[in-house]
Amino acid sequence: MAEEFRVPIGPQHPALKEPASFSIALKGEKIIGVDVRLGYNHRGIEKACEERTYIQDVYLVERICGICSHAHSTCFVQAVEEIAGIEVPKRALYIRSLIAELERIHSHLLWLGVAAHEIGFDTLLMFTWRDREIVMDVLAELTGNRVNYGINAIGGVRRDMGKDKIPEILKRINVLEERTKYYIEVATQETTVVNRLSGVGKVKKDDALKLGAVGPTARASGIARDVRKYDPYAAYNELSFDLITDDHNDVYGRTIVRVKELIESYKMIRQILKDMPDGPIAVKAPRKIPAGEAVSRYEAPRGELMHYVKANGTDKPERVKVRTPTLANIQAVKHMLREMYLADVPIVVAAIDPCFSCTDRLIELKDIDKKDSSVIDWQRLRQYSIEWYRDRGIDFKK
Amino acid sequence: MISSLFYILIFPGFLFLSVFGLIAEYVDRKFYARLQNRVGPPWFQPLADFIKLVSKESIIPKDANPAMFQLAPLFALTAASVSILYIPLWGISSLSSFSGDLIVVLYLLTIPTLAFFIGGWYSSSLFARIGSVRAVTQLFSYEVPLFIGVLTAALLADTWSISGIAAYYTNHPWFWLFNLIGFGVSLTALLGKLEKGPFDIPEAETEIVAGSFVEYSGRFLAILRMAINTEMVVGASLLAAVFLPFGLMLNPVAGFILYILKVLFIVAVLSLSRTVVARLRIDQMIEFCWKYLVPLAVLQLLINFILKGVLG
Repeated sequence: MAEEFRVPIGPQHPALKEPASFSIALKGEKIIGVDVRLGYNHRGIEKACEERTYIQDVYLVERICGICSHAHSTCFVQAVEEIAGIEVPKRALYIRSLIAELERIHSHLLWLGVAAHEIGFDTLLMFTWRDREIVMDVLAELTGNRVNYGINAIGGVRRDMGKDKIPEILKRINVLEERTKYYIEVATQETTVVNRLSGVGKVKKDDALKLGAVGPTARASGIARDVRKYDPYAAYNELSFDLITDDHNDVYGRTIVRVKELIESYKMIRQILKDMPDGPIAVKAPRKIPAGEAVSRYEAPRGELMHYVKANGTDKPERVKVRTPTLANIQAVKHMLREMYLADVPIVVAAIDPCFSCTDRLIELKDIDKKDSSVIDWQRLRQYSIEWYRDRGIDFKK
Repeated sequence: MISSLFYILIFPGFLFLSVFGLIAEYVDRKFYARLQNRVGPPWFQPLADFIKLVSKESIIPKDANPAMFQLAPLFALTAASVSILYIPLWGISSLSSFSGDLIVVLYLLTIPTLAFFIGGWYSSSLFARIGSVRAVTQLFSYEVPLFIGVLTAALLADTWSISGIAAYYTNHPWFWLFNLIGFGVSLTALLGKLEKGPFDIPEAETEIVAGSFVEYSGRFLAILRMAINTEMVVGASLLAAVFLPFGLMLNPVAGFILYILKVLFIVAVLSLSRTVVARLRIDQMIEFCWKYLVPLAVLQLLINFILKGVLG
């Protein structure tokens, strides 16, 4: 089998949790070329934001991603608050940071499980996802939901947290920290895991900078870049934590960065619970946001997330633009896959912790036989979805 | 004639092996699940899966070679089932025996892998073809340590018949303890033969979906899974007969229970080892087999040469 052939990884494939297409050109088991194609998951959220009020948009942007939902809503309300010049109470900022760190824990534990599954180590998947339930329970207790917490509002947060919950949270964080230390041992010492991770998907510091990598992907290539440290938002300027970097440049390094960040998150949660000031949790925000524009940055579990909001003085935004970390990192994947084996594709793709539904910006229809393509715009997409549901007996007009 | 048919079809042939295969699959899955802190399947799950698969539509891909595609699972099942006749299950004699049957059994146990290769190759799917090539690549790596490992025990017993091995170790109790390295090597190689983790490379789910079996469905898949279960039981029985030859002079009932326990013990060890490691890459697997397993098998060979000289 030394001839060249192409293997389709995706749009539907067990290694991918969301549709995306990687067309891998192989020679034997060695990769000689990769074509990436996105756009299977576009939902037109940016455009939909323009047709809804700011208050509705908070809930809409929260649904951009199922895992970093708090990241998107925080990033969005930060931008709106900046335009409107709203001073958010300190207690609200602390609660935002608390939920953000809990979300990071659940996201990184989820990632560790997915990564273990990609290299055929299902035991670690089962263990990490079992322990992830602990943090999911904490989130459900604090916000009422396991995902899509709905805690952000423009001008603060919607739910206060009682002091009586603190001991229980601390107890669970201690359990999680014990478990995480064990996972660090497993990920760094178990021979087969180390064999599968180290030297795979290398991206050197210069290349990572050039390709615009963000988040743990960049930090594993030795780039000390973290919005929480260099452009602090919420309560991060009052928390002390280490910026984790690693110079392995490979999947192994990305794993180490993520598991060590878990430890930092536990540290931060303890500080937040200890130092959380008393006071109001929200200020009243106007329904109509004055004209202006703002960019807001946020360190999501996957990397730097950016929201741009342009207001025109009405109660609906003129434009909302989202730059998700996966979009920044996806360029690096092609670079990482060079000279690798077919068996490395799943873990290399998983190592940037991709979130394709966040990233997709358009739908491109390709006719493989005729080789032509067309792009669906938002109007057609909206019409298509209305008709699709009407055919199934759901009419939104009624 | 009647008794031969009984041996082949009912006991210890096809029917017994099928049932025992389902039990072994249950033990494997349940133990694996409990080690992973899961509940695991109920006892009838393997049987329910089998019935479900048989009742489903069997699809033959348009581009596949229909004869090869349909025959491959049967070849695998037949080869695995037949080899049980030469393995003494309890007691020291098997149903059929001749000098050199050890080689025949090892050879018969290679056929399922080749059948998987043929089935995968002729199903004309890209993933199946990659899986097939991986299965054969892997075959050349684990087969050598497995053969050396099993033959070292035969070397000490000075016979190439499995019944002869059983008789020798019954006459010389505790001699089987000399073969523990060979037992470890053969167990590891058996993981490769059964395509279980860390050597489940030919059917690596996250890379090539289901490898050779990707196009199989319905009763063909049911037969394939039965063949894999049978192969697991027969492989474990072979290792039990060669490397754990104790308690063979017990009465038939106690001997039978001991045999079941030995096989389930080996199955449990296999599940344990696939619980604690990640899947290797094919190049790492080959390296592991030739760098570690083969030298260990040769070490066992040397030990047994010396023992043979010392013990006479």
